[in-house]
Amino acid sequence: MAARASFIALRIAGRKADNSWLPSADPRAGPGTVRHRAITLRRCKTIPLYARLVRYGFRKHATYVWAAVAGAFTNSVFGILRAYILIALWQARPGLAGYDVTQAVTFCFITQALIGPMQLFGTGLAIPERIRSGDIALDLVRPASLLLWSLSEDLGRACYLFLVRGIPPMLLGAALFGVTHPAGPGQWLAFLVSFLAGMVASFGWRYLVSLSVCWLIDERGVGAFSLVLTILFSGMLLPLSLFPGLLGELARALPWAAMVQAPTDLYLGKAPVLETLAFQGCWAAALLAAGALGTRAIRHKVVIQGG
Amino acid sequence: MVRSYFLLAWTWTRAAMAYPASFALTTVLGLFVAGTDVAVILIIFANTTSLAGFSREETLFLYGTANLAFCLCDLFVSNVDRISQHIKAGTFDTMLIRPVSAWIQLATDRFLPTRAGRVLQAAIVLGYAISALDLGSGRLWMVPVMIATGVVIFGALWTLAGALQFVLTDAPEVTNAFTYGSGQLTQYPLAIYGRDLVRGVTYALPLAFINWQPALYVLDRDDPFGTPGFMRFLGPVAALVLALLAGSAWRLGIRHYRSTGS
Repeated sequence: MAARASFIALRIAGRKADNSWLPSADPRAGPGTVRHRAITLRRCKTIPLYARLVRYGFRKHATYVWAAVAGAFTNSVFGILRAYILIALWQARPGLAGYDVTQAVTFCFITQALIGPMQLFGTGLAIPERIRSGDIALDLVRPASLLLWSLSEDLGRACYLFLVRGIPPMLLGAALFGVTHPAGPGQWLAFLVSFLAGMVASFGWRYLVSLSVCWLIDERGVGAFSLVLTILFSGMLLPLSLFPGLLGELARALPWAAMVQAPTDLYLGKAPVLETLAFQGCWAAALLAAGALGTRAIRHKVVIQGG
Repeated sequence: MVRSYFLLAWTWTRAAMAYPASFALTTVLGLFVAGTDVAVILIIFANTTSLAGFSREETLFLYGTANLAFCLCDLFVSNVDRISQHIKAGTFDTMLIRPVSAWIQLATDRFLPTRAGRVLQAAIVLGYAISALDLGSGRLWMVPVMIATGVVIFGALWTLAGALQFVLTDAPEVTNAFTYGSGQLTQYPLAIYGRDLVRGVTYALPLAFINWQPALYVLDRDDPFGTPGFMRFLGPVAALVLALLAGSAWRLGIRHYRSTGS
């Protein structure tokens, strides 16, 4: 009886579903051909591929433990120096920008903690080097999108650096000066979502900067330009609310604000959650869309020399 | 020694000049990157008139003096901290058998003349601060002295950082906290920092003599931490002691250097 039941179950499972309208898992086959096997969640290799790339990105950076520890040390030292500057400023102007002294100090240490994961200095991507060496041609013929491939690896990198370079400066700041933390799980969640959105926005910007090498050959000029904009307008040096007048309004609307100022404000509970997340989401989507267009453009530009 | 330094520096300059457009662009952009620090000071003083009792022009004076010394060292000495890359790649062995001191070869290694843009930026800020402060000419003789002191102290710090990398080959970035950290620390009046930190950078690592102590003399102000007046003039002594220490640390590092051999 049990054997018969399993036979029926097999028959039912073996019955061909009508999914000829779905795209094929095998790019060489198409709907209606013999080899057509429709993409279903089980056959879709894309999601596990990118999940694995996130893990590889994490592991690649986890190899260089000492470099990350040294980075955390440097970020912490600079955090202390900057905290004193902000303390002096808030002693002269208590309650400036709606922060009290402890919140200003917290701001300083969060921004130092975000330097690693948001990769505020330099692109942190292998693309410029690969464009110069010509390896980019290989990346472009892979059956996976260059944009999503790099994004996955970069998210892995950011997660690792968040743990190793993000947490120590915060702990040191808490031990030396005292920092605040989000009031409840809702605020923590808002911060984490905002952190993720900031990472994507940061990647989108750095991806565009990296692609520019394809036209400019040397990325140092654009790199330095991007460095100035990122340092100044991300909120890494000073809260953007301190920027006077029109400059401040401009700084708060530009994409760099999504990388540091927005997550920090949500951590401190100083900004409306939904609006801030929408702001970050818009910039992340816009930058990724521009990145996708850029990828298409370099696909047309790359010439593979035979040999 | 000086001749070989400039010969090597000139070689790297000619190499960098091979791409004139890139050379000009990097110089100008270096100016802007350095300008972000000034922007921060200006934004802070857009929100307040005094920081720990110091006005905007006084802070810019401190920034200018410290940064001029720092950028001169960044231009002429800072490449010493690339030593860990040479140790790892094995190219440091080649430097040791050449007839020029290893320190000079390292200091001129990839000499980047484009960093001169930052020196210019610091000099402009200092010039503005001096003219805006309307300082009496009787005390201005201290300005070149303090810049020379600062160059020696920062140079000694970079040499120490290089010497440390014989030990810290895996994590050379640790020394950035001391070299670039010192550059950042001295940009602001030390009055904003905690008393213990200031004691540390006065008596242990003499960063206070780069610009803080002599600047108190030039600006004719009392030290908020109450150090006696004669300390304003101890800068050259502190610089000399630190330079000697750094020199012996460097020699010790080279003497104990063991090539990986292969």
